Amino acid sequence: MKLRFAASMLLGFCSLSPVLAATPAVELVIQHQQFAVQELPIQANTKIRLVIINHDDLPAEFESYDLSREVVVPGHSSVTIYIGPLDPGRYRFFNDFNHAAQGWVVVATPNTGH
Amino acid sequence: MLPTAIIVFREVLEAALVIAIVMGASRGVAQRSLWVAGGIVMGLSAASVVAMFADAIANAFSGTGQALLNAVILLAAVVMLAWHNIWMSAHGRKMAQQLKAVGAAVQTGNKTLMALSIVCFAAVMREGSELVLFLWAIVASGGRETGMIAGGFAGLAAGVLAGGLLYRSLLFIPVRYFFAVTGWLILLLTAGLAAQAAGFLNQAGLLPALGTGLWNTSRILSQESMLGQLLHILVGYIARPSGIELLFYAVTLLTIFTLMQLINRQAARHNAVAPGPRPESQTPGPRT
Repeated sequence: MKLRFAASMLLGFCSLSPVLAATPAVELVIQHQQFAVQELPIQANTKIRLVIINHDDLPAEFESYDLSREVVVPGHSSVTIYIGPLDPGRYRFFNDFNHAAQGWVVVATPNTGH
Repeated sequence: MLPTAIIVFREVLEAALVIAIVMGASRGVAQRSLWVAGGIVMGLSAASVVAMFADAIANAFSGTGQALLNAVILLAAVVMLAWHNIWMSAHGRKMAQQLKAVGAAVQTGNKTLMALSIVCFAAVMREGSELVLFLWAIVASGGRETGMIAGGFAGLAAGVLAGGLLYRSLLFIPVRYFFAVTGWLILLLTAGLAAQAAGFLNQAGLLPALGTGLWNTSRILSQESMLGQLLHILVGYIARPSGIELLFYAVTLLTIFTLMQLINRQAARHNAVAPGPRPESQTPGPRT
């Protein structure tokens, strides 16, 4: 009974929010043990679906302390993670299986010109 | 060799520290080593299976299968640790008394051994699957593998050593306070795991971030530093937490803490009214 109570208290908070239907997608490619781009521009204050595609034989682990994200991308495979909405700034990410590979998610200040 | 050692060390460290705390929390309990070892062996087997099906898992649920699997494993560990701690708040005193009686294995504590075994299983499976994938990649890539394999073993040994050190240092705590300290350690560990689960559910797009980067203390204490890493594992330190991570942390901490206090007070009242051992079945559970 204690267990059930504790479980319901904790799991109660996972009551799921609906997945946003029209989330913009951004692709990030891993090839030859490097990220294809060092800077990945994304929109400010918008939730983004980031599709990470690994063209190598070796698995990679996309990791970012700035974004609080970690996900293993098996060789010749792709995974999807959601990031944001993010404030303008630079967010470093790297391959935890090969720290030589790194890059930045770059969020520009939104244009408020008009 | 060194980069490999460091990567392996970091993957092993989390599981090793969790196991060290579990070993502490079950100190003196009969057959605990068997349960913990069982959890580790099962965890390693499951890790290999997960690594083998990494492709299928990655592609499941529109590519978010891995984050969901991580969240489920973490939440299972959270529930098990919460139950252990709440149970201990009623029985910890008795266990400490039994522990003082030299040589006698404590029989009281074996109720939550299964829960703690599952916690070890979860920790080893989660970190182990990444490790298996990484090591498999080294072997598959061939070439300069001998140095890397040596690095892998060095990292593994260092991780296990760190876990052993934590456990050894826990044993310096006087028996009177021992389970109170492990109780606090588990409370903070559990809140941290809940925050990690929230991060994965957000990563899978199932929970809103509720604000990304509420604050940023990475200049003061980077999560990449050794201390930041340790605190991340032990108390759930996140340099740049999101709102949902903070919410899960706080709610888990407060829920377990409140239940511990309630049960503890109830047990104390029980002992005051009728001293001496009583059958387990008469102990009232929490009124919800």
